[in-house]
Amino acid sequence: MNTLIFTSLLGFFCMVAEILNLRKLIGPVLVLGLALIFGLNQQDWNMNQTFYGMLQVDNFSVAFGSLAIFITLLVFILSSEYYADQEHHISDYMTILCFVLVGALMMFSFSNLTMLFLGIETLSIALYIMAGSKRFDKRSNEAGFKYFLMGAFASGFLLFGIALVFGSTGSFDIQKIAEYPILNSQNISPLYYTGIVLIIFAMLFKVSAAPFHFWAPDVYEGAPVLITAYMSTLVKVAAFAAFYKLVSAVFVYSTPHFEFVLNIAAILTLAVGNLMALSQTNFKRLLAYSGISHAGYLMLIILSSKSQPVAALLYYLLGYSVSTIAAFAVAMPVFKAANSENIDAFNGLGTKKPVLAAALSIAMLGLAGIPPFMGFFGKYFIFTEALQNGFFITTIVAIVGSMIGIYYYFKVILAMYGQPANEVKVETTFNYNLVLWVCLAISLALGLYPAPIVNLF
Amino acid sequence: MEQVIQHSNPQSWYLVLSTILFSIGVMGVLFRRNAIIILMCIELMLNSVNILLVSFSAYAGNSEGQVFVFFIMVVAAAEVAVGLALLVSIFRNTASTDINVLSKLKW
Repeated sequence: MNTLIFTSLLGFFCMVAEILNLRKLIGPVLVLGLALIFGLNQQDWNMNQTFYGMLQVDNFSVAFGSLAIFITLLVFILSSEYYADQEHHISDYMTILCFVLVGALMMFSFSNLTMLFLGIETLSIALYIMAGSKRFDKRSNEAGFKYFLMGAFASGFLLFGIALVFGSTGSFDIQKIAEYPILNSQNISPLYYTGIVLIIFAMLFKVSAAPFHFWAPDVYEGAPVLITAYMSTLVKVAAFAAFYKLVSAVFVYSTPHFEFVLNIAAILTLAVGNLMALSQTNFKRLLAYSGISHAGYLMLIILSSKSQPVAALLYYLLGYSVSTIAAFAVAMPVFKAANSENIDAFNGLGTKKPVLAAALSIAMLGLAGIPPFMGFFGKYFIFTEALQNGFFITTIVAIVGSMIGIYYYFKVILAMYGQPANEVKVETTFNYNLVLWVCLAISLALGLYPAPIVNLF
Repeated sequence: MEQVIQHSNPQSWYLVLSTILFSIGVMGVLFRRNAIIILMCIELMLNSVNILLVSFSAYAGNSEGQVFVFFIMVVAAAEVAVGLALLVSIFRNTASTDINVLSKLKW
């Protein structure tokens, strides 16, 4: 709860700083403030507080909250470099990014569907603006508007589902909704099932799982590259944590039919994400499809939520996030120098900037799931969970998918080392390098020694 | 002082009404090409949910649903403000509100 309040205050500070003409302060204060909030968040560990039946701060929300704050911290460090030439807009951008984090924190700690809805909307509305924040770029306009239309459409389904669940159970509280099918096992209202299916559709939309994934590539490609980095990590973390919490707290007890629906969605997501990524030439679009395929792997965790695989979910999301942010930390200066966002912008980076090229290779290997990085062990934990819960076919599809995945991640590595160099001069700065090496160090350290995360729960 | 409310219509009528309105909204979003009409259809979807929540709430004698409606109204207002702002910036760049101009992003 303190985390939520102080993050909102940080957002307000950015707005006030604009009025008081303190724009130079925003960057340092935000980084420092978020670091403090990260520490404050740890205070709630093992506290298990509830607030008026609306929010519940438990170890789940603290762990995922820390992950979200950490991602935001990295993005803020990148953003002071990325927005260096747009200083007069910095306070708007930073305020909105702060409120994205507020929405995410609400999604981790909801214990009432009202808070889930408000969290999703706080996160999404802020991101609609950020996706369209390059006002004079038609592609950014298009990305923002498409994201808005799809997101609002999905919210409509979420709300209709919530209304139907409320009609049948008489409450928005997830505890009472979970009790309903147990207490009334003889005559469960059909409204309840319809409502849950609609809520699941909306959540599949938010996590960009097939067949509701089609917005993701367009939005990721059109949005400014920093926002793409933020969306592909934080939104995935928030949406999957909320989806997991919803499924494990509410739907597990209701009926086995939903397993079937989610199983089909997982197989479709794995197939679509991995196969469509093969033919991409745009780097952001490639990472969008890679994000869809990672959503497919994470769906296996949602499927096996009966055995409470919180640690595996956290581990996988952390591994995915650090690799993705590291990839974007290399891509940002390269795109800026080459004025292009295609994979061939990386041509010959191996000879021009061997260290940077090596770093991007490590990030790509981490995403592909090659040992000894976190991606490999994340997939390993997920597949064991899924097999223990009896999802053999889905696991086989996921393993085949991750083999296909190696091909398109290596396309980037091959461009860096196998293609002749272009004459663009790439310059990186301290901030990019800092974020890059922090991410890679985490990916390697927790890959070699996963116990700190795995033994958390 | 408990007041007994006599409901003249069965609850399912409201369910049917809001489902019809919701479906009209969904069809509008899927098939209309004008961005402003699509925005209106999204509003229709959200407002049909409001009708449903209020009717459930009234028939169950439980005020939680009516409070939820206020949240939906606030969020819908915020959403439309952002949507119209994005639409204005598209209109400035393309001089059109037809969503078929949004075709820059394809594989």
